[in-house]
Amino acid sequence: MIAEIGLAALWLAAALAVLQMVSGAASLRAAQGEINPLAIYARPAAIVQAFLAVLAFVTLLYSFAVTDLSLKLVASNSHSMKPMLYKLTGTWGNHEGSMLLWVGVLAASGGLLAGFEKRLPERTMGATLAVQGFVALGFYAFLLFASNPFERLPVPAPEGNGLNPLLQDIGLAIHPPTLYAGYVGLSVAFSLAMGALMTREVNPAFARVMRPWVLGAWVLLTLGITAGSYWAYYELGWGGWWFWDPVENASLMPWLAATALMHSVSVLAARDALRTWTIMLGVLAFSMSMLGTFLVRSGVLTSVHAFAVDPERGAFILGLLGLYIGGAFTIFALRAGAVAEGKRFAVVSREGALVFNNVMLSAILAIVLLGTLYPLLTEAFDVRVSVGPPYFNPAGAIFAVPMLLVMAVGPLLRWKSDKPARLQFELALIAALVIGVIALVCFFGQFPLLPLLGLGLAAALAVAAFLPLKGRNLRRVPVATWGMVIAHFGIAVSLFGMACEGAFSQERLAAVAPGGTEQIGDFAFTLQSVTPVAGPNWTALEAQIAVSQNGGEPVILTPQARNFWSPPQSTSESALLTKWNGQLYAVIGNQAEDGRWQIRVWWKPFVTFIWYGGILIALGGVLAIAGRVRVDVKRRSAASKGAQRRADLEALGAADPVPAE
Amino acid sequence: MIRWVLALALSVLALPLGAQDSMPPAPYAYNQLDDPRLEAEASALMHTLRCLKCQSQSIADSDAPMAGDMRHQVRSRILAGESPEQIRIWLIARYGDYVSYEPEVSSTTWPLFAIPVLVILIVAGVLLRRLGKRRSDDDEGAAA
Repeated sequence: MIAEIGLAALWLAAALAVLQMVSGAASLRAAQGEINPLAIYARPAAIVQAFLAVLAFVTLLYSFAVTDLSLKLVASNSHSMKPMLYKLTGTWGNHEGSMLLWVGVLAASGGLLAGFEKRLPERTMGATLAVQGFVALGFYAFLLFASNPFERLPVPAPEGNGLNPLLQDIGLAIHPPTLYAGYVGLSVAFSLAMGALMTREVNPAFARVMRPWVLGAWVLLTLGITAGSYWAYYELGWGGWWFWDPVENASLMPWLAATALMHSVSVLAARDALRTWTIMLGVLAFSMSMLGTFLVRSGVLTSVHAFAVDPERGAFILGLLGLYIGGAFTIFALRAGAVAEGKRFAVVSREGALVFNNVMLSAILAIVLLGTLYPLLTEAFDVRVSVGPPYFNPAGAIFAVPMLLVMAVGPLLRWKSDKPARLQFELALIAALVIGVIALVCFFGQFPLLPLLGLGLAAALAVAAFLPLKGRNLRRVPVATWGMVIAHFGIAVSLFGMACEGAFSQERLAAVAPGGTEQIGDFAFTLQSVTPVAGPNWTALEAQIAVSQNGGEPVILTPQARNFWSPPQSTSESALLTKWNGQLYAVIGNQAEDGRWQIRVWWKPFVTFIWYGGILIALGGVLAIAGRVRVDVKRRSAASKGAQRRADLEALGAADPVPAE
Repeated sequence: MIRWVLALALSVLALPLGAQDSMPPAPYAYNQLDDPRLEAEASALMHTLRCLKCQSQSIADSDAPMAGDMRHQVRSRILAGESPEQIRIWLIARYGDYVSYEPEVSSTTWPLFAIPVLVILIVAGVLLRRLGKRRSDDDEGAAA
């Protein structure tokens, strides 16, 4: 019964998406100042649709919580003996459920936009909601026709099949919903861009409406990627934190586009420049989101993330993808000429630096896109090509290194036009840091080129991030500026972590008999014992490894080799010892015939900084949103006070005061 | 006698088949070389070889038995004095280009190199157009 309510809600939501689309489009046909009678339904339709789509998702959540085995989806992806948390997260640990989550977030963000955004002209709003409804409709159709999450089994299953044990982890509880919310937040940016393009309203007011959505989506994407990277790091058991796996790339590409879009929309809001560029990036960002969804959901890749292998669904999403991206770029091509260029600026200016870095981000995006799609393309012609870290790292660095250098200087430049001579001291400082650090590290040993460059750039960026605060009263610096400073500093911290991991990691693989001791870096580790342990739906062999640094007090690490029974699969649970300056990473492998155990231990200096940096970057984004919202609230209250005062004056019958402008 | 030789040959031929699941991992699958310089060489090479049974993982990052066997091959060949490039060529001859992540320009991979060059050209073009034009506009503006 509950599931049928969910299905009905989904159908109703789809119907409302049609209404939203028609009504929104009708507002475009209204003459200036007039309101089309049909146009008034767009906003309510979006809001009610949001409730219905969320309701549908909640009913599915409930079905998973009570393990309703008459539902096909629950029976094939859940198990009555699973811990409650993983029953709930299992809702989106499969194809249909995650698509329902996707659509739920899409509808919810459309509802929020319709409910709270009053600044845009009605025609632009109508066009925006029409586009949002059109996008939602496609995905409702995909759910209802090609992947119905509420399908019943003719005979309820006696027991469920269980969830892939790799996915039974707290990382999965956070990672996909965050990432999806980020992907889908970009849908609003897309709809707004299309709406503004269709009504020729590409201006700073529109940019201010779009900015919080882009920032919000970007923060969520940042957090989602950070969480996903950490999950892969500790769950896959080999200490790697980024594999350039197509699924990882699928989340990185929207982030790259969103980063460029976020900076571009800020320029548009502040300076009324980069109009067409902002629109193009808006279209690009959501296109990358949909492409990511396609790559992960169509089964075109077969990896731990691709739960669904079904070409029919793939063709459906590919069709949607072609329709939306193709349509958007067609409208863009037709209308872009009509959008005026915007304000002009010199090469050496804040805008100039931002344009340079936007182009670099787009170039990195192009490299990642090429490296991700090319092997799929050749596979279609039966030629198998491997594209991996040895390709992505140097090819990306070609663009990333100049970008990071410009990023260090850009925030110091003035808007519109500036003279490099003004920044002599800062430029010299940045150059000295890059060269000095690289020379210093080279003095101590031989390291690969990219980590070396990374260390130099990280040091320069970390200092340069705070230079915009130089000579300012710290208490009067706007919150949004703090956001920028912290996010840029976060990039430096993350880069430092990546470079250290690449340059200084130590690895020790050894067969150890119980009682045996091995050495890695400053650490001595002793395998004390290996004992069997049991969890709610697994059994495991747990090693007790005593680790002591420089002969100090030993700490016990307990890596496990787990065996899940439903579905039967073994995983390796790593044990981590976190120090301020790095992590010790321990994994237990098989037992050899002579009774010794395979132990793998890594010492990864400053590896945690990769994710600390990610969190700082996201925090910077949150501060930027908070700062903008505060300014906006102030402006609104000032405007309403002004209106109040004018009304009072009018009531007194006094003459209108002459505006100061 | 001949029967014995045949039996021996058959068992040797059959060995790799059995090795895939029931045999314990080869000695160097999970053990490092004693010489840190050789081990660093082996490790660098292993990070650029694909685990053929996994999705997007190098043989240095995989628990698959086949990755273990390949690690053993790499380490024992390095120990025997082969250069990493020789080992890569041997592995490519055995498993095809697919096994190597190291980008190599060939008839099937040239777009991977041509397109980034194209991207660099486009980037230069866009930057010149967007940023370079400003100056001339400004000059015209100043002249006008």
